Amino acid sequence: MSEMSDKPEKTGRLSVFKTYKLYVGGKFPRSESGRVYEVTDPKGDWLANAPLSSRKDARDAVVAARKAFGAWSGATAYNRGQILYRVAEMLEGRREQFVREVAEAEGLSKSKAAAQVDAAIDRWVWYAGWTDKIAQVVGGGNPVAGPFFNLSSPEPTGVVAVLAPQESSFLGLVSVIAPVIATGNTAVVIASEKSPLPALSLGEVLATSDLPGGVVNVLSGRTAEIAAPLAAHMDVNAIDLAGADETLAKELEIAAADNLKRVLRPQPVDDADWSAAPGIDRMTAFLETKTVWHPTGSLGASGSSY
Amino acid sequence: MPTTAPTSGGAAPGLTDVTASDSALRRFLHGLPGVDAVGLEARAASLGTRSIKTTAKAYAIDLAISMVDLTTLEGADTPGKVRALGAKAVHPDPTDRGTPATAAVCVYPDMVAVAKEAVAGSDVKVASVATAFPAGRAPLSVKLADVREAVAAGADEIDMVIDRGAFLAGRYLKVYDEIVAVKEACGTDARLKVIFETGELSTYDNIRRASWLGMLAGADFIKTSTGKVAVNATPANTLLMLEAVRDFRAQTGVQVGVKPAGGIRTSKDAVKFLVLVNETAGPDWLDNHWFRFGASSLLNDLLMQRQKLATGRYSGPDYVTVD
Repeated sequence: MSEMSDKPEKTGRLSVFKTYKLYVGGKFPRSESGRVYEVTDPKGDWLANAPLSSRKDARDAVVAARKAFGAWSGATAYNRGQILYRVAEMLEGRREQFVREVAEAEGLSKSKAAAQVDAAIDRWVWYAGWTDKIAQVVGGGNPVAGPFFNLSSPEPTGVVAVLAPQESSFLGLVSVIAPVIATGNTAVVIASEKSPLPALSLGEVLATSDLPGGVVNVLSGRTAEIAAPLAAHMDVNAIDLAGADETLAKELEIAAADNLKRVLRPQPVDDADWSAAPGIDRMTAFLETKTVWHPTGSLGASGSSY
Repeated sequence: MPTTAPTSGGAAPGLTDVTASDSALRRFLHGLPGVDAVGLEARAASLGTRSIKTTAKAYAIDLAISMVDLTTLEGADTPGKVRALGAKAVHPDPTDRGTPATAAVCVYPDMVAVAKEAVAGSDVKVASVATAFPAGRAPLSVKLADVREAVAAGADEIDMVIDRGAFLAGRYLKVYDEIVAVKEACGTDARLKVIFETGELSTYDNIRRASWLGMLAGADFIKTSTGKVAVNATPANTLLMLEAVRDFRAQTGVQVGVKPAGGIRTSKDAVKFLVLVNETAGPDWLDNHWFRFGASSLLNDLLMQRQKLATGRYSGPDYVTVD
């Protein structure tokens, strides 16, 4: 943004600053509270104002996520994979913008920021491939001591509250959103508190990627303020505490116990870790295993086993 | 609080002569002041901006729950569904017995007996729609038979629909006579709610005229809509009807209730309506004897809000019934 503000003097144009807004239910509202806060780069230079979400924004986001859950979890895994791949395509087209935003947000050089954005795009592709394969890896037929077919299949948990990592504003963000929605959950995401701009811009990409509104909802603001009502919310089924510090994580885990939310505790990470191969743990953390018993018929009478 | 109710049709004191003939009635109804539509909608909107929080909100939510006419009016209604509805009306939130009961359950006439049994022993009333609900397109004899059957089955309240066709054609006395006849069929026990289907009346002037017509004919309640058309209760048309009952009491001393129905789904909406009642008709109407919400999904939202206030946590649809 600091580079941008230099430009008008050269070209004589007035600067066109971007109003960053939330992404909730497929729309781009301001915070219902009307509040904003100043976002700066690591040196303390002003970048933009971001919405300072309230607990009511969190509540509205949960309503949107719940509404979207039926269709998204019911979509075929193949379809979800296509949509996630589409996200990667759209991001590719706006690569320059994200490189700039990540560089400003995290104080990185252009080339390091570009590496982060490329890794994030590749991550969407990676998870897009997983949508129709995860069931084969963690589900399947179970041998049981009786005349039954016994099949286990993973099902999405529901609405997942996601506290995005605080440091890695974009690659970290994608690394926690993609696994949640790849398996059919819907997400309410709290962006990194000090670097929310790449997350808010990601909302614009998701809105143009055939992703149904409400599947991902992005809130910016004070993580502790928004996370508390989400952790206690009876209609949220799981919470990913990636962006919570130790004290906050403990508080949220206690609040989450009321309706037995699935809780993914903050994983110990150093800065480089988001770029490591992600594995499938973040997907399986938000899956429920459904097991079905089905009689095989009277095969036992003839002494045969199938 | 005045508890007088018109005893029989046309008994509104001081206004007996206006219903003497079709032309006198038309003269009276068309002599009512015209409605300033812009002003009405602005007034309704501005009253909707009141902030009702904490203890006032808790009071409003409990009051709203006690005013709900829990309604099921589907072709697919079964005795089982009506029984479940009755149980819910008596104890809306089984996890919190401090929750007030709703005012009534509202069903089709053939379900009255089942509903009556389901709410037996409680103060919950059984309301029944009648008179060829929702269209109202049937001969008067059929409509009256419909009402008598419902009353005989034990209905405490009858929700009738007016003949909108006759009303819009300007045959006010026909509509009037029909309401009077239905009121008579209700007898002394059942209270009569008159549904105007405001969404089909086209203009605010017509809603004002229908309100006065209904009250002159002896309605105990005037009700906005059936819930079966595109436009149902709105803050503006409810405000207009609240003004009518206020003016009617000022003129005749007779208090008439108001029931907005259809389209009210959230607690926030319900509280806005309560503000309208308090600011327009006055606190005398803040009681389920004089104000009702015709609704089905509203109750769940009220219960979720109530749970939120009690526990501090947002509740969810998993913690209330599906119907």
